[in-house]
Amino acid sequence: MERPLTQHTHPDGTTRTFREYVQDGGYRGLQRLASGLAPKDVQRLVSEAGLRGRGGGGFPTGTKWSFVPMGPDAPKPKYIVANGDEMEPGTFKDRVLMEGDPHGLVEGMILAGYALDAEVGYIFLRGEYHLSAQRLNQAIAEAYAEGYLGKTIPGTGFRFDLHLHASAGRYICGEETALINALEGKRAVPRAKPPFPQTVGLWGQPTVVQNVETFYNLPHIVNHGAAWYHGLSRTQDGGTKIYGVSGRVTHPGWWELPLGTTAREILEEHAGGMLKGVHFRGVLPGGISTAFLIEGHLDLPLDFSSLPAQVGRLGTGTMIVLDDHTCPVGFVLNLERFFARESCGWCTPCREGLPWVARILTSFEEGHASKDDLALLDMHTKWLAPGHTFCGLAPGAMAPLQSALQYFRDDFEQHISRGRCPWRHKPAQLKVLV
Amino acid sequence: MASQACATEGVGLTMATIIVDNKSYTVDERQNLLAACLGHGLNVPYFCWHPAMGSVGACRQCAVKQFKDDRDQSGRLVMSCMTPVTNGTRISIDDPEAKAFRASVIEWLMVNHPHDCPVCDEGGECHLQDMTVMTGHVYRRYRFPKRTHRNQSLGPFIRHEMNRCIQCYRCVRFYRDYAGGRDLNVFGSHDALYFGREQDGTLENAFSGNLVEVCPTGVFTDKTFFHHYTRKWDLQSAQSICSHCSLGCNTTASERSGILRRITNRFNSQVNGYFLCDRGRFGYEYVNSDKRIRHARVRPDQNRTKSAQPQEASEVLNIIGERLRSAHGLIGIGSPRASLEANVALRTLVGPQQFILGINEHEHQLLSKVFNVLQTGPVPSASIHDAEQADAVLVLGTDLLNEAPRLALALLQSIRQQPMERVDELKIPRWDEAAVRNAVQNRRGPLFLAGSQRTWFHDYATDSYFAAPDDIARLGFAVAEHIAPDAPTVSDLPDNVTILARRVAKSLSGAQRPLIIAGTGSGSLAMIEAAANVAWALHRQGKQSRLSFVLPECNSTGLALLGGGRLQDAFDSISQGKADTVIVLENNLYRRAEEEQVDAFFDTAHTVIVIDSLENRTTAKADVLLPTATAPESDGTFVSQEGRAQRFYQVFIPEGEIRESWRWLSELARAASQETDVDRGVATWHNYDDAVSATARAAPELAHTGKVAPSASFRLMGQKIPRQSDRCSGRTSLIAHLTVHEPPPPVDHDSPLGFTMEGYRGPLPSPLISQFWAPGWNSIQAVNTYQDEVGGPLRDEMPGVRLIEPVATQAPAWFTAIPHLFQPRSDQWLLLARPALFGSDELSNQSSAIAERIAQPFLSLHLSDGARLSLDDHSMIDLTLQGTTYRLAVHLDPYTPVGTAGLFLGTEVSSGQVPAWVDLFKAITTEQQRRVA
Repeated sequence: MERPLTQHTHPDGTTRTFREYVQDGGYRGLQRLASGLAPKDVQRLVSEAGLRGRGGGGFPTGTKWSFVPMGPDAPKPKYIVANGDEMEPGTFKDRVLMEGDPHGLVEGMILAGYALDAEVGYIFLRGEYHLSAQRLNQAIAEAYAEGYLGKTIPGTGFRFDLHLHASAGRYICGEETALINALEGKRAVPRAKPPFPQTVGLWGQPTVVQNVETFYNLPHIVNHGAAWYHGLSRTQDGGTKIYGVSGRVTHPGWWELPLGTTAREILEEHAGGMLKGVHFRGVLPGGISTAFLIEGHLDLPLDFSSLPAQVGRLGTGTMIVLDDHTCPVGFVLNLERFFARESCGWCTPCREGLPWVARILTSFEEGHASKDDLALLDMHTKWLAPGHTFCGLAPGAMAPLQSALQYFRDDFEQHISRGRCPWRHKPAQLKVLV
Repeated sequence: MASQACATEGVGLTMATIIVDNKSYTVDERQNLLAACLGHGLNVPYFCWHPAMGSVGACRQCAVKQFKDDRDQSGRLVMSCMTPVTNGTRISIDDPEAKAFRASVIEWLMVNHPHDCPVCDEGGECHLQDMTVMTGHVYRRYRFPKRTHRNQSLGPFIRHEMNRCIQCYRCVRFYRDYAGGRDLNVFGSHDALYFGREQDGTLENAFSGNLVEVCPTGVFTDKTFFHHYTRKWDLQSAQSICSHCSLGCNTTASERSGILRRITNRFNSQVNGYFLCDRGRFGYEYVNSDKRIRHARVRPDQNRTKSAQPQEASEVLNIIGERLRSAHGLIGIGSPRASLEANVALRTLVGPQQFILGINEHEHQLLSKVFNVLQTGPVPSASIHDAEQADAVLVLGTDLLNEAPRLALALLQSIRQQPMERVDELKIPRWDEAAVRNAVQNRRGPLFLAGSQRTWFHDYATDSYFAAPDDIARLGFAVAEHIAPDAPTVSDLPDNVTILARRVAKSLSGAQRPLIIAGTGSGSLAMIEAAANVAWALHRQGKQSRLSFVLPECNSTGLALLGGGRLQDAFDSISQGKADTVIVLENNLYRRAEEEQVDAFFDTAHTVIVIDSLENRTTAKADVLLPTATAPESDGTFVSQEGRAQRFYQVFIPEGEIRESWRWLSELARAASQETDVDRGVATWHNYDDAVSATARAAPELAHTGKVAPSASFRLMGQKIPRQSDRCSGRTSLIAHLTVHEPPPPVDHDSPLGFTMEGYRGPLPSPLISQFWAPGWNSIQAVNTYQDEVGGPLRDEMPGVRLIEPVATQAPAWFTAIPHLFQPRSDQWLLLARPALFGSDELSNQSSAIAERIAQPFLSLHLSDGARLSLDDHSMIDLTLQGTTYRLAVHLDPYTPVGTAGLFLGTEVSSGQVPAWVDLFKAITTEQQRRVA
């Protein structure tokens, strides 16, 4: 099984040096450019390879690129931005890549820049990723020293500059347009679309924002071609994916696997199944803004096109497992508190709705909830839908809640009927009396 | 701005048919769905959208259901403010899901709203209340604690109550994006947003008062109104024209029980649109001032050592009549702050030969020059709306922010015109403010400012030039020369100025609608001529160029159109004994001429009759003093600097024996006339219509003043139009302690308006609208319901009449009197007046809130001049000018042109002393020198 992204990553967590990267064929993609691979050819390769954005949306990269104005009349400068603001709870795949193999990102961004005739790149990095920042800075310095950055790439007439920007924080910065605002020094609130960043992005210029993992795929596509890349996966989406598992499983961790691997295979073969005495109830397949998958969904291939919309979506591919020793209401409350806190405050339903949801869930946990509260939760899952809110944050926040209300409704109702959380020993009323 | 621009400008107007709840409507395709629906009177609730500020899609209140086609039954919710109109768009406002969602949005907004309507100043005119009722949300399901905030003290104009905030972001969008302010911002995130300043303190922006109207609820309310608060429905209101600068912004003035309560913006598509400046909004309290003259006064025994004492008006008129009949020569001094009719009345009474304009010699020359340029040249004057649409602007020597603030606000929009071309190329609709800002970023169209004082407005300029007036005029001439090579050549131009002139010329030539602004404020005749040369040169190139001249006062134009003698003529007549009696109309002559001259003038005159509203040094000299009505207490016409004649109406009958000046003058004429000539002149004026028709005959340019607004006889369905709302309360109870019988309301013979609740309710010509209100629309947002196209003109709009339009198609000969290069002198400095938003206007200074904002008097000098005079920044000095000593703070900055000094005297009267050369070494006494002495 091929693992192009991580086969050379050091298992001990140390970084791959520049020398190692080059020895293993790194920066060879850039040499291919000199041999007559035009920007258009790179774009075509990426389209044919079926690469889809790895940030969770799964938007086809080739299609995204096709909206960027090209040619001599295209606005200048254009920008390439790597979205490394990995703040999705449970998700650490970009960190694994950036810490273990920083040059892969640099090369991927140069290739994207070349394909789109964009001369400047920014890595927008989660503020807390200090080690990634340190290693990326070193990699960028090495790439400058070796002439891959800041100098014309021989035989191409193309030159690329790359900067690292450490985020000041906020989950919303993972939303590409909020990220652009943050990068410009403005409040991190999303922008209205259209126009999309490909035409009006950073400082009003054409900009492509992509997840870190997406960039890592580019050198391999350029080196090995679209057919090879397609062959890596088990489904129509090309390539491999970094999957991860957290929760009460035997071996939590991450694995680079063919796209389309089933959740059951990941959970049972790679993560070693549930811990002894603990049973599986559900799993959030990719970060917390995805809907729960339950037992019946585990044999569905996990990729960007196979999950039926009514079931859910893959998201980042890094799973969080819910077991039978954990209160699903408390589990969801924890998520909704996060979302409520991380709402940017721009649009009403998200800003006001999420804290309300979190308070209602708190009252479930405290044993003060009523049937009316259940109706209010249902109302929020209905209204905080795509298109109703300004960006995807609130709909993402509703995905786990809505699916929890669907699959674990009985647990919610028990909180009401018993007047306490069944997973806690003391009824809430006692606490009040004390 | 965005959508307003769409409504009137641009090419390719295409109409589209949209289907709303199965009914077809024809709408302008350049609109968004929300504006299109509102334009057809379809009620869609909204918060963050504003007709002048476009759409950002934040509040999600305006959701409607959109269907793909007529077979689509399910549809999807869209935000109407963010959805462009396309032909065949099919939507539903009444769709149950859309309605339920909109009610939910209100429910969310109400989560933290304190529901303190009974004690909230916004109550009764609150957009949030209106929208809540509109959506039908009635029952609160949120049962958890509300978030609370600490409020800030934001200065004398604005009260802050953050707990009421519904986070629509309009305040920061107006304050920062539209008005260029920096000190109001949004802090925090998620449901803990805070809209305010970094710390307590006065809001610095000159347009902060608009927050009161922009805020959809009671976060920002009018603090001056709070001091004498009344609900909107209890206010008696009428159209007024702002009298605090020359722009003529339209306002709604409102009164209850004899107190003028507040000023709000009155939409006029050609003038001020949706916004006012703070001087205009908060400067009204002079009307309620303790210094008001409320009764006629006569000096007893004609003894100049005694002060004038109140007397019965009829007696006073008898006394005046006697004195006028026995007068040996009568002169009348008019005023640029009195109505056109008052000036005409005085002119008619004393005769054109004895009518004096009442402005100083120099101002007289400047005004004549301005009218000469506008009347003989081919370039029309610009309205404020034109200024917003200008795509390149050159300002010569006028400090817009302090002299004509609303025009500065217009220019902050004009700098978006050129970048909008890129927006159009990207096919972003202009109303899509969120997208427009992302595309435009910091790109700004050309705005060149030349002056001698730096303000924050310069932050938005393409380039600024700080120089003495002569040098600024030279820059103007040089620009004209670069546009039209046959224009007169400026010699000895420094290289940097040549480069700037070339750059300005290139920008103006590259524009379609260039605008040149100058004014009388700098006192430079050459500057006006230079501006004319530039505008004419552009006109020759086929540009739709415009000129705008900022003038000193609200009716400077009207006065100048009337024409009259010079103040010196008046002084001479009295001193030479050609006349012994003088009538001074609403004019403090100590602001116009040097103290000694004015003193001598008054002392020599046998009888001094003064008509004014507030006590001042001139009224103290009156032998007979007549109390006149201020603008909100009278009917009249002002002519703005654009040449636009606009009508203001009496809002209420003031306490005391206060009458309009023109009425006093007509009564005075009757009192003075012999039996035989009561049917002549101003004596025949009995109501306002008489005044208007006489005014229309007074000068050829004034012929159309009768068309400014409907005449007093105008009726609708045979009825007058009420100044009070349908819901006005307390009509009988307020006077129940005096009488239980309801007295008849006062009769208004001067206008179609009545001082009552009864009368015609329905569509009206715009000047007769008392307040903007419509069922379900109690806030100022009701303006939408008065427009056919949201942001466009009002239905039956009468935006005033432009009295000066160019007749010439060709420019006259170039002005050639180019001044010499300004040369600083070794011992003297050119003293220039520094205008101030708060402090330069005579009347608004008397308003307590404005008074709080008036800066300490100062003298500003260039840093190097400060060093030459051994003055420290912020040190206090005494400056002696013509015998009067002023205590001033020293301001040293790198912008004041070397060799000049900027003088701001606060509320102190500065007579005809500036511009003047002064030996500052002699005139200044420092603290240290004082101590030594």
